[in-house]
Amino acid sequence: MAANLGFGALCLAFLVSLYGAAAAVVGAARHSAAWVGSARRAMLLTFPLLTVSALSLLYLLANGNYEVRYVASVTSSSMPLYLRLTALWGGQAGSLFFWSWLMAAFASAVMLRKWDRDGEFLPWVILVALVTLAFFLGLSIVVENPFVRTWHLGSGRPFYAMFPPLGAQIFRPANGSGLNPLLRHPGMIIHPPMLYLGFVSFVIPYAYAIAALITGRTDDRWMRVTRRWTLVAWLFLSLGLLLGGRWAYDVLGWGGYWGWDPVEIAAFMPWLTGTAFLHSVMIQEKRGMFKQWNMVLIILTYALVIFGTFLTRSGVLTSVHAFARSAIGPLFLGFISITFLGSLGLLVYRWNALRSDVEMTSIFSREALFLLNNLLFMSILVACFSGVVYPILSEGLGIVGDMIPAWADVFTGQQKTVGPEYYENTTGPLFAGLLLLMGVAPLAAWRHSTAKTLGRAIWKPTLVSLAVPLLALLGGMRHWAALLGFWLAAFVVAVTVYEFWRAAWARHQLHGEALPLALWQLAGRNRRRYGGYIIHLGVVLMAIGILGIEIFQTQTQGTLAQGETLALGEYTITFERLNVFDTTDGRNVARATVSVRRDGDYLGELYPRRDYYYEAQQPVTMPGVRSTLEDDLYVVLVDWQPISTLGATFKVYHNPLVNWLWLGGLVFILGTMVAAWPDHDPELRRAAQRKSAPEAAQA
Amino acid sequence: MRPDHHPSRKILLALLLALSLGALLTAAAFAQEPTPSDDEVNRVASQLYCPVCESTPLDVCPTQACAQWREVVRQKLAQGWTDEQIKTYFVELYGERVLATPPARGLNLLMYIAPPLGILFGVYLVWRTLRKRAPAAAAPVEAPPPADAATDEYVRRLEEELRKR
Repeated sequence: MAANLGFGALCLAFLVSLYGAAAAVVGAARHSAAWVGSARRAMLLTFPLLTVSALSLLYLLANGNYEVRYVASVTSSSMPLYLRLTALWGGQAGSLFFWSWLMAAFASAVMLRKWDRDGEFLPWVILVALVTLAFFLGLSIVVENPFVRTWHLGSGRPFYAMFPPLGAQIFRPANGSGLNPLLRHPGMIIHPPMLYLGFVSFVIPYAYAIAALITGRTDDRWMRVTRRWTLVAWLFLSLGLLLGGRWAYDVLGWGGYWGWDPVEIAAFMPWLTGTAFLHSVMIQEKRGMFKQWNMVLIILTYALVIFGTFLTRSGVLTSVHAFARSAIGPLFLGFISITFLGSLGLLVYRWNALRSDVEMTSIFSREALFLLNNLLFMSILVACFSGVVYPILSEGLGIVGDMIPAWADVFTGQQKTVGPEYYENTTGPLFAGLLLLMGVAPLAAWRHSTAKTLGRAIWKPTLVSLAVPLLALLGGMRHWAALLGFWLAAFVVAVTVYEFWRAAWARHQLHGEALPLALWQLAGRNRRRYGGYIIHLGVVLMAIGILGIEIFQTQTQGTLAQGETLALGEYTITFERLNVFDTTDGRNVARATVSVRRDGDYLGELYPRRDYYYEAQQPVTMPGVRSTLEDDLYVVLVDWQPISTLGATFKVYHNPLVNWLWLGGLVFILGTMVAAWPDHDPELRRAAQRKSAPEAAQA
Repeated sequence: MRPDHHPSRKILLALLLALSLGALLTAAAFAQEPTPSDDEVNRVASQLYCPVCESTPLDVCPTQACAQWREVVRQKLAQGWTDEQIKTYFVELYGERVLATPPARGLNLLMYIAPPLGILFGVYLVWRTLRKRAPAAAAPVEAPPPADAATDEYVRRLEEELRKR
């Protein structure tokens, strides 16, 4: 019953989306407010419809209706209620449906804003949002239907379908196979929704950009309206990436937070173009330049959002053959190609209208430095894209080798791996360049900056920041990349603090405000600017953590009998005991107790463990971590003997400074919230003033 | 069908692997020779990827199969094989996907040529934009500013930047 209701609402939402998209086009073509209004109401209707659908699925998940294939594949009777509910996005079909639901929510929220000043955008924004939504809903209905049930046809294998074949009985397994145990972690429960929120909210600025291209209203109105949307999208995407990293560190047990896995990079790529876009729009707002480029960036971001979903959802990363077996991959590729080429076509059509009003005046100006920032972000994107796509290409091109035997040596069709080494070597210098720009750009003025003015602004923070690598050098650090990295970090901090200080001091001198008040007022005057600086500080803290773990991580592994110790640098761990026991929620836990000493001083105990989930037949390695601002000691239980007194194998990582990564992440998010915090739209305020002025005159 | 997909060959390989493992375990039980340390094994294993799990380096993969592959690495090290020999051995058995970076040959050269070309193209675009800049005459001729003027200039610039549009 609930499955039928959910599926019915899903189909209705799909039909309503198609109708709304058509009505929007008719409304725009006939200049008919009635048609556009109808399209808008259709857009608004999709959200309640999909909410009915979502509630039905949640009910099925909570109730353990295992006859529904999706429910059986992601839940089991031993799972607590909150995990059953979050299993909504724990599998393929649920994830895609969840994507659509969020998309409908965001697009509906956009419909509720005031449209009087840019009504000509409305039908086209609706069109883009609804076409995107209809695509995902279509996938949910035709290929990955979360409501499909299991049927029995008398004899033989169970049969999966939405509605029963003739004479079939519904088949309800006694239990489901349960959620992938790796996903039963708070980080992983919040990570996908954050990522998806980031993904779907980037659709909004894209929809406005397309509306601007179609209507020919190529001033920067579309950008101003979507400024906050873009920041919010970016906030969620950043949060999603951070949570993913934290989850990897806590659960995967390989001592790191980021493995340059294609799945990670799939979410990182739209973040790269999105970040470039956030910087680049400022040049257009201040200087009226790069209008064409900003369009390219937002179109790329949208394409990468869909591409990222495609990479993670089509199975193409496992194998090109898995991709070819399911209809979902080709459908995605078709959709990406059509939207991407269509957007590019529109851009070419409006290319001349988007020419810059002005030209660059100085290579030391802020806009020139922002251009370099964009170049670096795009270069990182090129490296990431090549690394992700090449293995797919290599495998897929095997078909050429099959057809032309003479070329079989080149087009072998072999699967390839592109590991961290490639990404670190190519992107490392680019990230360093970004840090340098992060320090220099805030000091450069718009338009007229010369080497002289820039030099005058820069020498003080440079001198101060050089103290950090000098001290490190005196302290015995000889790793040149680390010294360079720490100098860059110090440089950005010095510049940012200097910028805050200079501005607050000027206000203090001018208005006689106390310094803290001056700072507060300043941040309030332009939240985006000072939020941006806080984000920069967050990035620097993260960079410190990344330098620490990437350059100075050490590790060792050894098999210890009870009472034996293993040393790593100043630390020793002693194997105290191992307990193996079953839990009520279907796990077999092997939990070791090790005591940690540093230079002989007892610091406490750690409990690395291995949980084996019976239902999923899958082990999960949970490290024991001692975490301080200075370093993390990260102990993994690798293996143990059946008679535990005989010994157990441990792997120990020493991760210096890694906590600064998480701390920096918090500062980063805080800065983004400062920048995105809603304030009174200055245009609305001016309008309100204009309105009240005549009233005052009448009185 | 390519030879490496042949089922009988797979079975043969599995048998060989099992035999060599068995031999190794027996040898370990009886001989108690000094074997390479876990750290040495991990050093080699970290340069290899698990042939079955996706995107998982061999040194950290928690599956039973990978533990066996690490034992193979240990055995080869004990026999005096170099890192390169062990890597080649794994590539011959499981294909290039076990290497963390595709070696620079054949189609893989694309990976080494395409990204730099893409980046160079970006550099060219930026260079073209910067080259087209307006004549520098637009910049005001600066007199050496007194100390106060520097602050005033800064405040003016700050005000301009803070102004919301």
